[in-house]
Amino acid sequence: MKLSLEPRIERPDDVYELLLLLHDGLSREASERAMARLVLILANHIGDYDVISEAVQAARATQSDTGSVEPRPT
Amino acid sequence: MSKAGEIPVRKRFPYRRPPELDAASPRRLKLLIVGGGPIGLTAALDLAQRGYEIVLLNKLDIVADGSKALCFSKRTLEVYDRLGVGERLVREGVAWNLGKVFWGDRAEPIYEFTMLPIPDQKNPGFINLQQFYLEEYLLDALAAFPNVDIRWRNEVIGVEQRRDHVEVRVDTPDGAYTLAAEYVLACDGSKSPIRGMLGLDFEGKVFEDNFLIADVRFEQERPTERWFWFSPPFPGESALLHKQPHGVWRLDFQLGWNIDRDEAVKPENVAPFVEGMIGKDVPYSFEWLSIYTFQCRRMARFLHDRILFAGDAAHLVSPFGARGANGGVADVENLVWKLDLVLKGAAPRALLESYDDEATTIADVNILNSTRSTEFITPKSRTSRALRDAVLGLAQTHAFARPFVNSGRLATAVATPRSPLNTPDDESWRGGVAPGTPAIDARLGDQEWLLAHLHNGVTLLALNLPGPAIARARALARDLADISAVRFVSLRDTGASSLAERYDAAGGALYLVRPDQYVAARWKTVDEAKVRLALKRLLGHMLVAEGARYEAVA
Repeated sequence: MKLSLEPRIERPDDVYELLLLLHDGLSREASERAMARLVLILANHIGDYDVISEAVQAARATQSDTGSVEPRPT
Repeated sequence: MSKAGEIPVRKRFPYRRPPELDAASPRRLKLLIVGGGPIGLTAALDLAQRGYEIVLLNKLDIVADGSKALCFSKRTLEVYDRLGVGERLVREGVAWNLGKVFWGDRAEPIYEFTMLPIPDQKNPGFINLQQFYLEEYLLDALAAFPNVDIRWRNEVIGVEQRRDHVEVRVDTPDGAYTLAAEYVLACDGSKSPIRGMLGLDFEGKVFEDNFLIADVRFEQERPTERWFWFSPPFPGESALLHKQPHGVWRLDFQLGWNIDRDEAVKPENVAPFVEGMIGKDVPYSFEWLSIYTFQCRRMARFLHDRILFAGDAAHLVSPFGARGANGGVADVENLVWKLDLVLKGAAPRALLESYDDEATTIADVNILNSTRSTEFITPKSRTSRALRDAVLGLAQTHAFARPFVNSGRLATAVATPRSPLNTPDDESWRGGVAPGTPAIDARLGDQEWLLAHLHNGVTLLALNLPGPAIARARALARDLADISAVRFVSLRDTGASSLAERYDAAGGALYLVRPDQYVAARWKTVDEAKVRLALKRLLGHMLVAEGARYEAVA
C-alpha cells in the first residue's frame, strides 16, 4: 500500500472550502469539467501509477450515498 | 464513387480454369494462401522468395478501389524493404512524421507528436498510400515468380482438417475442385469465411459511432502532417486530415450514432464538412465517400491445427492508430519464417505455436491502444466527456496534460518481451535493443543502413567487437550450422554512426537477431555455449522442455 489514507491535512475545513469554491457559480457541466481538471492536476502531481490506482480503488470502494456501484466492466 | 452494395473496381484480373478441375486426384501443396488483400499478398511474396510453390485463392477478380488502409508505419516499411518493395512504397507514398492536434477554433495546436523520435533511419515514421497501390505493387513483385499461382474467382467453400493436411474445397465459375495443403494461411479478411466454416469465436467490442470518409481532390499548400481536431469549428464531433499521393486528401469526420447513413454520404450533405475544413473558396472534387463504424475484437487463438489466421481475419481494431494493415503485416512477418523452418524440418512444429503466442500478444497491444484512442475521441458518458474536455482545456496551458491527448496512438513495432523464444539478458545493459524488440535502424554510411545487413534468416550481429572477438564470433556462426544456418555480420562505428548509442555497444556487443529482425538474445562477450542455447531457443527447440503449453503440438 503506497497510498496514504491517514489524515494528512492540517486545516481540513479550509481545504474543504477550497474544494467547494472550485464550483462556485458554475453550471453543472462546467462544474464537472472543473472537477475533472482538478483530478488531472492532482493525479499529475502524484505521478505514481500505483498510488493513483489505489486511490481509484479506494474511491470506488467507499460508497455511502444512495446510488449503487456498478460492477467494474472487465 | 460512393460504396453502394457492389465493390468498386480499380483493376480486374483474368480468371483461368484451374488444372485440378481436369485432374483425377487432388493436388497436394505445402502451402495454400486464402485471400488476396495486402496480408495474403505479403505472405505470398515472402514465401515465394523462400522458394515455395504458392497457390493463392481470391474470391474476387479485382483490386478494389476506394478507401481502405492508408497509413503504413516505419516497421511495415522495414518489412517491405526486406521483401524488396519498400523503396517503391516510400517513393510513391507521402512521408510524414509529425502529428498535430487542434481543439475547437484555436489556430495553434494543443498537442504535437512525432512518429520518428529517433532520427536518421532509412524509413520515415509513416507514409500515406492508398491500399490499392500497395496491392498493385505486391502483385507486380509476385508476377516475377513462376512459383506463384494467383487464382482469381476461386472461392473457398469448405475446409476439413486431416491428420497431416487440410482439404480445401474451392468453387470457380467452371465448378468446384479440391486442394490438399499441409498448411493453410487464412488471410481472408474481417468476415473470414474460413473462420466461419470452423465455427470459431471472434470476440470484442462494437463502438457506436459513425465516421464519414471523404477522399477529396483539391490543390492547397499544406504541410505534410497528420491534423486532428477535437470539436472542430466546422461540422463533425472530431475530424482528421491526411495527405495522400497525387493531389488527394483524406478527410474523416465523426458524425455520432443516430444519423441517416444514406443521407449523410450524399455529396451535397458532405459539402459543408469539406468546405468547413478546407475553406469555401477552394475548388474540390470527390474521389470517394463512405461511412464506417468499427469494432475491436480478435480470435482467441490464431493457430488452429494446420490453419493459421492472419490480418483482419484474426483481429480487428478501430482505425485510430493505423493498426489494422500494419498489424496484419506484423502477423505475416512473425509467421512466415517460422512456417519456413518448420516445413524444412529445421525447427519443431512447436515453433508455430509461438506464432499464436506472439501474434496474439501483439494484437492485444494494438486493440488496447486503439480502444483507448476510441474512448478518448468518442466519450461514452457525460463524465468521460467532462474528463476528456478537461484534458483538452488543460493542454492549452499546461505541458503535463498534453501527453493525455489521444487522437490515435499510431502504430509502431510491438515488443514481445515475454516470448519464450527470447533469452533474457544476463548482463547489465543501459538501453540498447532488448530481447523481444525489433532491431532499430542506424546509418552506417551515406546510403548504407544497418537493417539492410539483416536478411530473411538468423543473423549473429557483432557491433564494435574487438578484433579477436570478431574472429571467434565468425567461427562460432559457422559452427552453428549444425543447428541452423546463421549469417555473421560485423559492424563498427565510424564517424557519426550511432551503433554504440542505439545498441549500447560502446564496448562491443553481440546480438542474435531473428529472421523477422526481432532481437532474440544479446551479450557483451562471445560465449559459445550461451549463443548455442539461445539459437536453439529462438528456433523453438526449448519450447517442449520449458513450456507445458507447447507440449500438445510437439
